[in-house]
Amino acid sequence: MSAADPLQVIASAGKGESTRSVLRVIILALIAGAAVSSRLFSVIRFESIIHEFDPWFNFRATKYLVANGFYNFWDWFDDRTWHPLGRVTGGTLYPGLMVTSGVIYHALRALTIPVDIRNICVLLAPGFSGLTAIAAYLLTNEMTPSPSAGLLAALFMGIAPGYISRSVAGSYDNEAIAIFLLVFTFYLWIKALKQGSMLWGALCALFYGYMVASWGGYAFITCLLPLHSFVLICMGRYSTRLYVAYTTWYALGTLASMQIPFVGFLPVKTSEHMPALGIFGFLQLLAFLDYVRSAIPSRQFQTFLWLFAGTAFGVGLLGLVIATSMGFIAPWSGRFYSLWDTGYAKIHIPIIASVSEHQPTAWPAFFFDLQMLIWLFPVGVYLLFQELADEHVFIVVYALFGSYFAGVMVRLMLTLTPVVCVAAAIAMSNLLDTYLTTKSPAAPDALSDKDADGKKAGKAGLKSTSKPVVGIYASWAKSVIVSSFAVYLLLFVLHCTWVTSNAYSSPSVVLASRLPDGSQHIIDDYREAYQWLRQNTREDAKIMSWWDYGYQIGGMADRPTLVDNNTWNNTHIATVGKAMASSEEASYPIMRQHEVDYVLVVFGGLLGYSGDDINKFLWMVRIAEGIWPDEVKERAFFTPRGEYRVDGEATETMKNSLMYKMSYYNYQNLFPPGQAVDRMRGVRLPEVGPQLSHLEEAFTSENWIIRIYKVKDLDNLGRDHASAVAFDRGIKKKKPVKKKGPRVLRVE
Amino acid sequence: MAPKRNAAAAAASSAPATTTSSTPTTANTATSKSPSPSTAAAASTTPAPTAAPTSTRGSATQTQAWDKIVGNVFSHYLSTTPQRTKLIDAFMAFLVAVGALQFAYCVLAGNYPFNAFLSGFAATVGQFVLTASLRIQTTEANKSDFPSVNPERAFADYVVCSLILHFFCVNFIN
Repeated sequence: MSAADPLQVIASAGKGESTRSVLRVIILALIAGAAVSSRLFSVIRFESIIHEFDPWFNFRATKYLVANGFYNFWDWFDDRTWHPLGRVTGGTLYPGLMVTSGVIYHALRALTIPVDIRNICVLLAPGFSGLTAIAAYLLTNEMTPSPSAGLLAALFMGIAPGYISRSVAGSYDNEAIAIFLLVFTFYLWIKALKQGSMLWGALCALFYGYMVASWGGYAFITCLLPLHSFVLICMGRYSTRLYVAYTTWYALGTLASMQIPFVGFLPVKTSEHMPALGIFGFLQLLAFLDYVRSAIPSRQFQTFLWLFAGTAFGVGLLGLVIATSMGFIAPWSGRFYSLWDTGYAKIHIPIIASVSEHQPTAWPAFFFDLQMLIWLFPVGVYLLFQELADEHVFIVVYALFGSYFAGVMVRLMLTLTPVVCVAAAIAMSNLLDTYLTTKSPAAPDALSDKDADGKKAGKAGLKSTSKPVVGIYASWAKSVIVSSFAVYLLLFVLHCTWVTSNAYSSPSVVLASRLPDGSQHIIDDYREAYQWLRQNTREDAKIMSWWDYGYQIGGMADRPTLVDNNTWNNTHIATVGKAMASSEEASYPIMRQHEVDYVLVVFGGLLGYSGDDINKFLWMVRIAEGIWPDEVKERAFFTPRGEYRVDGEATETMKNSLMYKMSYYNYQNLFPPGQAVDRMRGVRLPEVGPQLSHLEEAFTSENWIIRIYKVKDLDNLGRDHASAVAFDRGIKKKKPVKKKGPRVLRVE
Repeated sequence: MAPKRNAAAAAASSAPATTTSSTPTTANTATSKSPSPSTAAAASTTPAPTAAPTSTRGSATQTQAWDKIVGNVFSHYLSTTPQRTKLIDAFMAFLVAVGALQFAYCVLAGNYPFNAFLSGFAATVGQFVLTASLRIQTTEANKSDFPSVNPERAFADYVVCSLILHFFCVNFIN
């Protein structure tokens, strides 16, 4: 809003096109600055630190890239994860993010600016968000002639919480650069389509290739561009421009995407990529028919050819179905099915369903992430419908699909945000353009208005709109509307800042809480524990933990892990789940087989920390049950009344499970007898805590969030651990009896 | 050309007299489309557009129509295409032949170096569509579609895109 207002005032004073463009550049730079700075809350509140889970892997990979060079990175086989399998990391990651930071790092070094790679990684996402704002400006400018719409879109894009959620400083994840690439690829596509130029199509393909290198969400582009083309063809809008833009993009973009080892042959082998190929073939056919039709202009011929095209399309589809059923083309992957059927993942792939960001979106989340944009969004789409040129069709299609996917999966809110910003900016600028003109229109203006309206009405066929619209001249009406929308915009800024600072700026590695006097208290258990691991364990000590913490252990403690957030091997994860869910006797052989030295659990009972392992425990059980349905049973962890309990009423299976024992071991000693309380679940625990025989406690962090246990070696005397522990305990118990015994004898 | 077409329509219109009984649906749509189905003059002209697709399932008229179409296209091509564009077309035909050859090899002899096959095939397909784009952009008739692309620009684009294409192909060939 600060964009449109002074722009017009000053521009009318300056009256020059150059003044306007200078102002536009300044405003864009300011917007980019605002976008960057609103993402720095976490750095200011905490410190320059990498957040959450996945970023830690990206950070580790970036450090490897910077240290060992590109070729070693490409061939990187990581033997410190997924022990004992290892991971072909170089071939199973999206390298775009790491390569980007590596290039920036070396460029800054070359400019003799010594900067730590960590700071580049932390600040990469805010930096790219500034570019995203500019890309949104460019994309919106292709949609509408109004100059203010682009600036509004850039502003919305810059501070909309839906995008900030994944791009605060420190959130060094693929999405950090992917959203910029998404928006920019769309901009280039629109540009290519409008001009019918090969060069823009090739640029679009190059950025598409960059996008493929950066984020698995590239499939969104792969499906959206063919869909847009298909809709255009169905609307009878096939043009030679569409042919040039689409075929150039597809031919180059597909090749570009195949350069990434992780993608490889997927573009020709999986169903997700088949629509793009199908439309490519269909366009060849259409181009040929188009040529033939221009050769022989006859109506009879035209219908005949369209029938021909339809048949060819049907045959192609049939061939695709046959190829899929014969196994030449892999069918849709499970992740894709879960987009159509939200219940699918829960039944078939618990590991996907177990990730919280894969859950369906709750409706308040839309308002929380987009605030007033969410109700401006349909207005913008409606306004685009009024004109409905090729590029507007794109936004409409994108809006439909983006809304659907955002409703299915929380994390896909991210792909919806750009189109919401664009559409809302168009609506808002339309409104401001209508109400902000200070001069009352002259007669010819009103006439042309009437003409335009009459045309639209003729199209729509509505009588009520065919009345001549005079416009709004009353200054009080204008000022009421404009000022109320100014208030809305101010509220939007307030909301965005509030959401950013309160909801999205927590590193989740470091937790913050308030002391009773209002001062901030930092809970730093994670780093405390990882530092302990780094300093007190062998370099190659294997740590077993649930997969959520695999990346962090690898990144912060630099120790080998069994499973991590990559989740490429479901069986391996299920093995860990089984070890956690079984009794000590059953899980000890598993841990020995995997050479586990330490087991790490996260326990939030003391602090009331909700993201702990007991809360995730059922997912471990479910995933393990998927592989070993006979040995792990989810039902056994519920009481007969169907409750999931951890107190005295918990089932025997629950009480004997390794996870339960490790979480509550010695916990009751913190409290007076009989008063041990789990603050997270708000229950009183039994007076006698669990006993461990095969593990021993190695470390517990300050607030008991992280507990580390050492797996005991085999017993020296060849006993099993249970009897060894019993013997140790027994001696202590028996000794007084023994002493008493002889005394009794002596008395006798 | 117009009289020729009328002749074809007349030839086709004699056929529907026998085919309308076998395919009543197409005849219905034809009559419903025409504003005045009762007059004989309208009946003789309106079945023509829909009669052609139905006649493809016939035997004698089909080959005849195809001959007509192919002949028309060919003569049109020879008469209107400039020499340079014909050169481009020859190149495109060559690419199609090479692509078909590679595909046939892949089907018959197996796709073992799949990288090599893919990049070879993608090179021909990609070059084909780029050349087709160049051809479209340089054709006089399409000038109105491309206000910002003149032939020189089109050729420069073509060179740049081809370079990118072949860079990727060479990189992918292993």
